[in-house]
Amino acid sequence: MTYRREIQGIAALAAMFARARAQGRAAFMPYFPIGYPTHEESLAVIQALATAGVDGFEIGIPFSDPIADGPTIQAATQIALENGASVRRCLEALRALRRRGIQQPMLLMGYANPLVAYGPERFVLDARAAGADGLIVPDLPPEEAAMFSGSCAREGMALVFMLAPTSDDKRIALAAEAASGFIYVVSLTGITGARKDLPANLTSFIARLRQQTDMPLVLGFGISTTAHAKQVSALTDGFIVGSALVRAGGESVDAARELASAMVKAIRN
Amino acid sequence: MIESYIRRQVTDLPDAQGYFGEFGGRFVPETIMPALDELEAAYAEALADPQFHHELSHLQRTYTGRPTPISHAKRLSEALGGAQIYLKREDLAHTGAHKINNALGQGLLAKRMGKRRIIAETGAGQHGVGTATAMALLGLDCHVYMGSVDIRRQQPNVFRMKLLGAEVIPVESGSRTLKDAINEAMRDWVTHVETTFYLLGSALGPHPYPMMVRDFQSVIGFEAREQILEAAGRLPDACIACVGGGSNAIGMFHAFRDDHDTELIGVEAGGRGIESREHAARFADLDISRPGILHGTRSYVMQNSDGQIMETHSVSAGLDYPSVGPEHAHLRQLERAYYTLATDEEALAAFQTLSKTEGIIPALESAHALAEAIKRAPTMPRDSLLLVNLSGRGDKDLDTVIGILGE
Repeated sequence: MTYRREIQGIAALAAMFARARAQGRAAFMPYFPIGYPTHEESLAVIQALATAGVDGFEIGIPFSDPIADGPTIQAATQIALENGASVRRCLEALRALRRRGIQQPMLLMGYANPLVAYGPERFVLDARAAGADGLIVPDLPPEEAAMFSGSCAREGMALVFMLAPTSDDKRIALAAEAASGFIYVVSLTGITGARKDLPANLTSFIARLRQQTDMPLVLGFGISTTAHAKQVSALTDGFIVGSALVRAGGESVDAARELASAMVKAIRN
Repeated sequence: MIESYIRRQVTDLPDAQGYFGEFGGRFVPETIMPALDELEAAYAEALADPQFHHELSHLQRTYTGRPTPISHAKRLSEALGGAQIYLKREDLAHTGAHKINNALGQGLLAKRMGKRRIIAETGAGQHGVGTATAMALLGLDCHVYMGSVDIRRQQPNVFRMKLLGAEVIPVESGSRTLKDAINEAMRDWVTHVETTFYLLGSALGPHPYPMMVRDFQSVIGFEAREQILEAAGRLPDACIACVGGGSNAIGMFHAFRDDHDTELIGVEAGGRGIESREHAARFADLDISRPGILHGTRSYVMQNSDGQIMETHSVSAGLDYPSVGPEHAHLRQLERAYYTLATDEEALAAFQTLSKTEGIIPALESAHALAEAIKRAPTMPRDSLLLVNLSGRGDKDLDTVIGILGE
């Protein structure tokens, strides 16, 4: 690791993007939920991905009613809940991952209700203490984010908002103003899930966003193959792979490691 | 021309952010935020257009059969020996339930917006049938999400929707009931948002739905208020309505909001009793129900200590939902409305009582409201008035009731 955990939160994410940019590529930031296929195996998968050389993580907090997720992540997080996953266990998992030596930036990604039930302010403080660098809440648009934004700002934690192909200029400006760390760019009009092809209009969509903000742009939804990874690496500051890795991780730790290694290799060539 | 009633606002709420006090808002993925803005603007524009009101009131009168009457339940009142019970007969609206009021309103709006693909969710199937009916009338393409558990217990409505030309899509995720049907409809909307209108069936979901559904249902209360003034010469001492998501109740309460001598009483599904934890009484069981966020709105939500949504139970599929419309949470907080519950058993008893005393077979949902009237009436003077919203008829529930009571 060229950067150390002395840098945390937004600064750690900035260092991650700078490093990837210096290497002429995007940062690869996989998503994986805690508790799938079991609690221990989810930690093993994340550790394997860290060793494979990914740049950062979205650590998923399972929720019973994930309206932005497709069948793969729905099924995985449902199993995670049956395995006893909870906000508390996710925070414990984060602490354990840091103890095992994972240096990369980690963001927690979870739907609003479990975080609200935990207590938004307490959640931000505990997440920070556990080693999280930021927070992504897919059902929390900037308009509703006040309950998290104050404590995130005080703690230097990134509070990431999303933009989608449907977002107009007004909403792009709103997200750019409110977001810290990066903007999560939803590649397509839809829910999460592996897809055969990336959307055709991706380049013009990213260009439209670039015109309006200097925030790092991290692309997610549908990125599933090494070819996709290579393609988006040239286009954005970072990218997220979710469903494809979740499926691989459900098979075995090795399968997840292999896919991640192949993607790490693809974006470095 | 009769008026559509939507124009007669009695409150400034929700505010510009879609909040009723601390409840409401818009907690949805970014992809559909622009669609909510578009919907809100289109609705405001429709409200300002006399043509929209004319079209809606024309359909209410010539298609739905409005105004629906109120009936004085004389034999029931006599048997109880107290308050005079009046029933607002939404069971006599076309399709047999109040859901058609909202389906036609939103359907006309969808048409104005040029959206031809309509999606909806349904629990008991009444909103699905209302939507399928309105879409057949308006010539729009209709897809209804329904949990596979509900499909099993509401077969007649599934058949009706198909007959009306709708596609019924079974939902196999989660508890396979209304909550999961809404999840799936929202996922569909996120995916097809540019071409699709989501015709949400209750006074919940992200702004502007709770406001819009209330407005389209407020015809119930505005009509009933005029009718009871004419029939009984004064306003009722209380209005009683069942509360699942809460659209029939908010539609009834809205017109009486400023009538401070009229108590507003919402009746939740008590299921097998509060102690059993098998119920949908969001306002009664505060150990497991707290303000939270579900389906895009902040309201009371039945959830475990980790914020995971709990499964609910009611004999009535239409009340079997873990959250409640945000305006009800607000009215409760203001103490303008009072919320209580009726158990499965009490609702089934009321179902039979009304059938025998008045020749009206009520929906199991509406039977919850009747159960509360049956409890209260004997404690009240004979010249007092209870107005009960009979939100639907019970034909759809015969299989369920036969299964429980035997033939």
